[in-house]
Amino acid sequence: MKLGTKAVIVLAGLALAACNNPDKYAGGAGVVDPGGAYGDGGITQGGINDPNSPAYFSQTIGDKVLFAVDQSTLSPEARTTLSGQAQWLSQHPQYAAIIEGHADEQGTREYNLALGARRANSVQEYLISQGVAGSRLRTVSYGKERPLEVCSTEDCYAKNRRAVTVISLGAGS
Amino acid sequence: MTRDMSDRQITATAPALVMRGRPEIRYKCKTPMKGMRMMMRVLMAALAALILAPVASFAQNGPLRIEITDGVIEPLPYALPGFIAETGDAGGMAADITRVIGADLSGTGLFREIPQDAHIQRFGAFDTPVSYSDWTAINAQALIVGAVAMQGDKVVVKFRLFDVYSGQQLGDGQQLAASVGSWRRLAHKVADVIYSRITGESGYFDSRVVYVSESGPKNARQKRLAIMDYDGANIQYLTDSSTIVLAPRFSPNGDRVLYTTFETGFPRIKMLNVGNVSAQLLPEVPGTMTFAPRFSPDGGAIVYSMEQGGNTDLWKMGVNGGGAQRLTNSPSIETAPSYSPDGGRIVFESDRSGTQQLYIMSASGGEPTRISFGEGRYGTPVWSPRGDLIAFTKQHAGRFHIGVMRTDGSEERLLTASFLDEGPTWSPNGRVIMFTRESPGAAGGAQLYSVDISGRNLKAVNTGGAASDPAWSPLLP
Repeated sequence: MKLGTKAVIVLAGLALAACNNPDKYAGGAGVVDPGGAYGDGGITQGGINDPNSPAYFSQTIGDKVLFAVDQSTLSPEARTTLSGQAQWLSQHPQYAAIIEGHADEQGTREYNLALGARRANSVQEYLISQGVAGSRLRTVSYGKERPLEVCSTEDCYAKNRRAVTVISLGAGS
Repeated sequence: MTRDMSDRQITATAPALVMRGRPEIRYKCKTPMKGMRMMMRVLMAALAALILAPVASFAQNGPLRIEITDGVIEPLPYALPGFIAETGDAGGMAADITRVIGADLSGTGLFREIPQDAHIQRFGAFDTPVSYSDWTAINAQALIVGAVAMQGDKVVVKFRLFDVYSGQQLGDGQQLAASVGSWRRLAHKVADVIYSRITGESGYFDSRVVYVSESGPKNARQKRLAIMDYDGANIQYLTDSSTIVLAPRFSPNGDRVLYTTFETGFPRIKMLNVGNVSAQLLPEVPGTMTFAPRFSPDGGAIVYSMEQGGNTDLWKMGVNGGGAQRLTNSPSIETAPSYSPDGGRIVFESDRSGTQQLYIMSASGGEPTRISFGEGRYGTPVWSPRGDLIAFTKQHAGRFHIGVMRTDGSEERLLTASFLDEGPTWSPNGRVIMFTRESPGAAGGAQLYSVDISGRNLKAVNTGGAASDPAWSPLLP
């Protein structure tokens, strides 16, 4: 069992290394430090082998869920990922999270900001329904401003239509 | 002239242009509307007719035809001899001013300059009588004669416009003066007068554009607010690139700019004073996102989008940030508002029907009326300063278009087509639209383009680097 978990972790790590973007925004992490309780300082401690680490959250549980074109409804796969996120957040009350909503580039700028907000909100509502306190969660939309993938084909668009749960230190009040 | 004056920044504090009423210029004619001017009016009417043409095809339920007209109008040939230097130190300035006037006029696509080496008559002095036969011989229909003098730190320019085929001066001669640093504005003012006299419409050259300057890769793009003359000169950066900024808009008199910034980590509305480049965040309700701000035509109110709990609606507040008032209340996305020029109505986009479409409502809210019914999605509506048309972005079958339609949604006409065109803004006279065109792929980038409302004269605007989200100022005072 333990071996199996490790294998999964290693694979996940490899997969990430393979498609990881050297850019500091890779993984959809916030472009700007939102400040206050949501500051992202010091959350890199612990590796992906440490189930208590934010790295484990983002890489093993999965910090991203994907959406269909112009949609914000959660797929069964997304719900599975989010249930894992909710469980981890429940077990680690010292952490809060910002949920980032993103859109692909096929849309006008301001509409995509609103669409990203819808996606982030879908995730937030689901996490709350799974028992995470709403006070620990905040949403933000980047619209189409921060794509993860830069090609202009559906392969990339599908990965860019996402919501990312970014763990930060300090639970909300 | 070796000094590069385009480096100089014209700020709102630049001395206003001094307009003196035709001093030493004597002439007698009141030119009736004929000859060249009549021809140009017919031309402008023809351009308007192009926009009206496809009504019938659009009103039906069939597929919307994409018609992009091009090159159907023959530009009017004009002659622009180099402006005469009336003081010994004015030679470089005279040449520069002449060049900018020519670029303005020819840049419209409505005029074509006859090269100076084809000219027969040479003007030794501003008052040299025009030898009309020398100009008809080279088929010039309009002739512009001007002179430039340096007076201390001021540039003084005077000019006359002649209708060659009717053998008459068109309108009064004029003299304008400005500080040396504002010489480009002088040239634009002269070109505006000429454009206006020939077309019967107000000009748009003495104007500025606020936009987002872009750099860096697509997944980590750096954005900063910038302002420039309409032709790309005098670029000045208004913010640094430490945070994402989006979609600026001018106040009605051009002294302030509203935009959306991520500087707090969340989209917020900021108002910037163009003169001293100071900016302040407008109030927000904690836990919300606010974006897409636009001034009302009287400058007293701001309409904007606020997102709460995933839902985006339109709100209005006073320009000082007080008195927030909800304008729409719907579970759908309502954003990208734009006031009618009289301030009475707001056009915006909503996906309440299932896809992005355009709607008009009273400026105080209430039930909106849908105006877009073609295939595809419609967004970013912007009301023309003339009040007659609404420009928009349309997405259909994997392509983006800039288009215009009447305010009742009729007579839709698409002006452009590309991988990604979006965000139209109107020239002050409602004749030209500037917008963002983005190219695909990892190396893709954004650039500003302009096109006239008949779909002619599509061209890139020189911003010296990637740029998006243009917003055109009103004509400067």
